[in-house]
Amino acid sequence: MFDGMNRRIICLWFPRLATERVLRTCPTDGPFALTLRHGNAERLYCLNPRAEAVGLCRDMSLADARAYCPDLLTGPARPDLDVRFLGTLRRWAMRYCPWVGFEGRDGLVLDATGSTHLWGGEAALLDDLRGRAAQAGLTLRLGLAGTRGAAWALAHYAQGDEPLEALPVAALRLDGKTDIALQRLGLSRIGDLAATARAPLARRFGPDLLARLDQALGQMPEPVVPQPDPPRYALRMTLPEPIGLTRDVMGVTARLLDPLCARLDRDDMGARMLILSLRRIDRASHPITLRLAGPMRDPARILPLFERDIEAADAGFGIDQIRLEAAVVEPLTARQTGIDTKASGQERLDDLITRIGTRIGLDNIQCFRPADSHIPEQAFCLVPATLSLPAAASAWTRSGLRPGLRPLRLFPPEPISASGRQPPARFRWRRMSFTAARAIGPERIAPEWWAPNDGWRSGLRDYWKIDTREGRRLWLFHTPQHPGWFVQGEFA
Amino acid sequence: MQNAFSDSFPLRSGRVHEVCGAGAAGFAAMAAAQVTGHVPWIREAWLHDALNPVALADFIDPARILLMRTPGQTDSLAVAEEALKDTAVRFVVIQITRPLNLREGRRLQLAAKAGGTTGLCLIPEGMGSNAAETRWRAVPVLDPQRPDSTLMRWEIIKNKSGTNGAWHVRWDEQTHHLLVVSPAGN
Repeated sequence: MFDGMNRRIICLWFPRLATERVLRTCPTDGPFALTLRHGNAERLYCLNPRAEAVGLCRDMSLADARAYCPDLLTGPARPDLDVRFLGTLRRWAMRYCPWVGFEGRDGLVLDATGSTHLWGGEAALLDDLRGRAAQAGLTLRLGLAGTRGAAWALAHYAQGDEPLEALPVAALRLDGKTDIALQRLGLSRIGDLAATARAPLARRFGPDLLARLDQALGQMPEPVVPQPDPPRYALRMTLPEPIGLTRDVMGVTARLLDPLCARLDRDDMGARMLILSLRRIDRASHPITLRLAGPMRDPARILPLFERDIEAADAGFGIDQIRLEAAVVEPLTARQTGIDTKASGQERLDDLITRIGTRIGLDNIQCFRPADSHIPEQAFCLVPATLSLPAAASAWTRSGLRPGLRPLRLFPPEPISASGRQPPARFRWRRMSFTAARAIGPERIAPEWWAPNDGWRSGLRDYWKIDTREGRRLWLFHTPQHPGWFVQGEFA
Repeated sequence: MQNAFSDSFPLRSGRVHEVCGAGAAGFAAMAAAQVTGHVPWIREAWLHDALNPVALADFIDPARILLMRTPGQTDSLAVAEEALKDTAVRFVVIQITRPLNLREGRRLQLAAKAGGTTGLCLIPEGMGSNAAETRWRAVPVLDPQRPDSTLMRWEIIKNKSGTNGAWHVRWDEQTHHLLVVSPAGN
């Protein structure tokens, strides 16, 4: 292949990546800066040229910057979105050559060896890059050299066409301390450094400096590491003629589902959410979202779950493109089938929950979880069943933890007319009159002052279980601080 | 001549039954405790009274209950039909808020038959459906002797394959069994 001398490396540096990403959606002519919180202070993270022209610089505190420039517009910096944007640029840069890696947080490095002639030569390739970046509103500085270090140096430090030797030593990707020490020694250009005896330099600055120099001059290899593309679980089928029958759409879905599941199978993944987009010939798109109760990659089990929504979809004048994407995937390891029958029961239950979840929403299928509170209505919580199905043993069975008598049904407190601290002998509730035969209590429950609860504004509650002569066993409480009686539950 | 309690309870599987009265929730919990596996408990989301799992633990492990909250009765019935047809669950509880018509009741029966599952509708008084296999009325009864009793009177008011009857029953918390007791002398 190519030896080190023939390589052509292009370094792309986007000096204002973060601001330009934001300004692409909301352009402004005035000074603009992004701020990031460092410790206690908001500091400028990235600026546009107008802001730099009025004398602002990076890492200046926002208060100072506002004092210099009162009409400064600012926005919050989002380094995570910047990284994602750089990833998008990396995919775009793959149009020039297949070998593209990241260079820090605001640059890309392309190994364009052997692909420049496709663009009509190196100069034409660079012009194309510059033109497209300018179209996209991005400031771009380019460096093309035989090594990665030299390309970086040219991109970051070259003003015109000067050779590598004429650039300052900082272009060797040195830390600040080494840079200042070299300046003090009078070695301000790379050419000066290369002409100096190596042994004293290594003794004084360690091996890093010489390694950087050798990388820039091509005497030490430095590879470009391309990023692997994240696996994509999406497939699309475009049809020559529009279709509209449920059976046909199901057939296409089946043909998409098989390779998708094979792909999931290869990676030991299972789909948790699938999106089926039906594009009609009038360009309207109808997405069908299928959320599964558990990770799944069996086409025969997934396909019937789509049927209900496909039947309900409006095909209009016909559907000519169908796209299937596993939007959420989870690891699903291969499991031996046929021995563990209990697992298959769980699987069937998962299937049932998924089927019902497509109708009423998976969040509406819930199960009980114990909660740490002595307030009766907060002693449990409801969580979506898909989150908690693996939990087998439950804490309810430890009856030693039972607080006191608790009713089977709880409802919001319903006031009854009664007075006094002792439970009433006769009372009316829900238009029925009751006579108390036996009262068990009181059990005093205090509100939790650390967790505000509107229902417990009336303070302490004294709970009584009242067995009525009519049969019903009710749970009453009295609020001594704001006298009143309420019915809150009924026992079995 | 009254038929034996064991003829009618545990509820016949593959059929849909109904229960009304103030003790309906307790009846459902005790009936669900007779089978294994998860128990879907289908109710409309707007119903404001809540099942209390702390008390439910006396009858059945609350982790087995799958609460399904639906926007309306039509969805409740669709979910119930889906669950009854499936063999993954053995028992389904459906809370009914308006009377079922003949078609809805019959569809539930067919679904239960297809899956071999027991269905139980909690109905308001007088909203029974013609298709129900049995209809029970469960009302709590005062037990003069035992203060923590769960004494109830269970009465079959409709039975498609047997005669009606009434029993006094009590749940034994220690052994987790339903006991049929003689009516108290009151």
